[in-house]
Amino acid sequence: MRIRTYPFHPAIASARRPSYPPRVTDIMETPANCGYEVQPKALPDGAPEGDLLEVSMGPHHPSTHGVFRMDVVLDGEQVVKLKPVFGYLHRNHEKIAENASYLASMPYTDRLDYFCSMTNNWAYALSVEKLAGLEVPERAQYIRVITAELTRLMNHTCLIGFLVQDMGALGTPLMYAFREREKILDLMESLSGSRMMCNYMRFGGCRCDLPAGWLEQARKVTDEFPKFLDEYEQLLTGNEILMARSQGVGVLPRGLAIKASITGPMLRACGVDYDLRKVDKYGIYDRFTFRVPLGDHGDVYDRLMVRLLEMRESVAILQQALKAVPEGPIVDPKAKLRGFRPKAGEAYGRIEAPKGELGFHLISDGGPNPYRYRVRPPSLINLTVLEDMCLGQNVADVVIILGSVDIVLGEVDR
Amino acid sequence: MLGEGIIKGMAVTAKNFVGSYRDPERLTTVEYPEQRIPAKENARQFPFLVFDGDNPMAGLRCVACQICEKECPPQCIYIEKSKDKKPDHTGKPQFYPAIFDIDVSVCMSCQICVEVCPFEAIKMDTEFELSTEDRFGGLLLHREQLAKSVLHHRKIHPTEEAEIEARRVEERRKAEEKAKADAEAKAKAAAKKEAVPVQG
Repeated sequence: MRIRTYPFHPAIASARRPSYPPRVTDIMETPANCGYEVQPKALPDGAPEGDLLEVSMGPHHPSTHGVFRMDVVLDGEQVVKLKPVFGYLHRNHEKIAENASYLASMPYTDRLDYFCSMTNNWAYALSVEKLAGLEVPERAQYIRVITAELTRLMNHTCLIGFLVQDMGALGTPLMYAFREREKILDLMESLSGSRMMCNYMRFGGCRCDLPAGWLEQARKVTDEFPKFLDEYEQLLTGNEILMARSQGVGVLPRGLAIKASITGPMLRACGVDYDLRKVDKYGIYDRFTFRVPLGDHGDVYDRLMVRLLEMRESVAILQQALKAVPEGPIVDPKAKLRGFRPKAGEAYGRIEAPKGELGFHLISDGGPNPYRYRVRPPSLINLTVLEDMCLGQNVADVVIILGSVDIVLGEVDR
Repeated sequence: MLGEGIIKGMAVTAKNFVGSYRDPERLTTVEYPEQRIPAKENARQFPFLVFDGDNPMAGLRCVACQICEKECPPQCIYIEKSKDKKPDHTGKPQFYPAIFDIDVSVCMSCQICVEVCPFEAIKMDTEFELSTEDRFGGLLLHREQLAKSVLHHRKIHPTEEAEIEARRVEERRKAEEKAKADAEAKAKAAAKKEAVPVQG
């Protein structure tokens, strides 16, 4: 296989590219099956061979929310075996970050979970702050909470939209969700300059102060949001079709959820009271009063409802935070932009991202770039129980079970 | 009653359908090429080089220190420092970038070059319509294409430019005061030196 090189500027090409020894892919023929083989089928007792059908869903299936493939073995309409295959969007995030300076991998974290760049920024900034021992000023803490909760609203509305679209509600709830998301994206743009790739947080604070009038605008959006939630709930939660379609589907047992280290709304839908905002109290979350909604059955409907209720709590946090934003600096004066070299050590920072626990593990050897950089992506780890939830379900339910896990492939594959 | 939830949902849909015609605030779509949403003040697309004065090449603030080139995450900046010094717009001899290229097809608009620049020489533009027929050459911008006047930056980012201007004025004032103080101290020292032999 030949590797196609990008035609860089000739000067860059000569200056930047040392001549590497030939790579494995240059010398070796790539195997025809790319090294991946479907495991031998596990037949149920007494089933004659030939009754089973193997279907490859994806990687370009509209229901997979990106480039993700499921090798499903079907017995009639029922799933006998399911193997998730991912890695189509792998872009070497961790290795790139190990070769770039600490600051330079901040914009790359935006592209992990491209729906929630603010929470990704926060998780990375938090772990670097732990590593370098930086303090975050009050004002920056409040701004971080506000942006993170706005991100949660954005993520959950859209996820519910996508989920009901998977169930067959073609577009209408999703359009309503996007209409509300647009208002929050406008806020993000006037704050950070970019709608989705915010790149806003910095080690020891935030990049720039709030623009004039931003808080009023955010208050307006927050105060109007419950009205939309009422509408959304009226549209969805009582709907008999949705209930029939999602209740009792894709049940995740509580024990398995804990054992497989599932986090986020998916864990809480099983009735486990575990929210890092309450457990870790990172940032200033101990100052706000909010409840953690819990599900009971751990099915798709519970996951949907937990997210709907969580949005109400997010609005409550936002209203408390927007009232109390103090004046002051937004960056720790000790933090350096150029020549940032934290002392040798190790740190793990984690936050409750909308999808679950998002953590960054950093090891520093005192140099300008991390020695080891590891992301703990909630999407990937929540995806590991996909087969357990899908076994015995109909093939159409696989689509909504995957939708209820809430994955973003940018984060799964990194 | 079975079906009540569906009817309720239909009512919401109907309300939204009618409301989107009645309420102009809910008409969020604009007819793009003719009608444009004004860019937000913080909006950022691609970087440009700031120059002072009238001559773009002579007035570039960039002194080719190459910090942005080192910090750029996707490595889309290429700079070659000049061998000689040329006077900048104030007449002070400075190094200048002999080559300053940005490959905007690689640039990811992260604004890190702007943040690390100690000379306020590179800023983010709000221009996003860069489509071209030449995919590689057309998106590799040279310093001639990148240079834009400080007046352009003042137009797109008025608040930021006002802050920078205030800071620069303050720095200039301090530098002048320092120069004045130095000159006075020098003069005093010289006077003392001269005074000593007279007394002796």
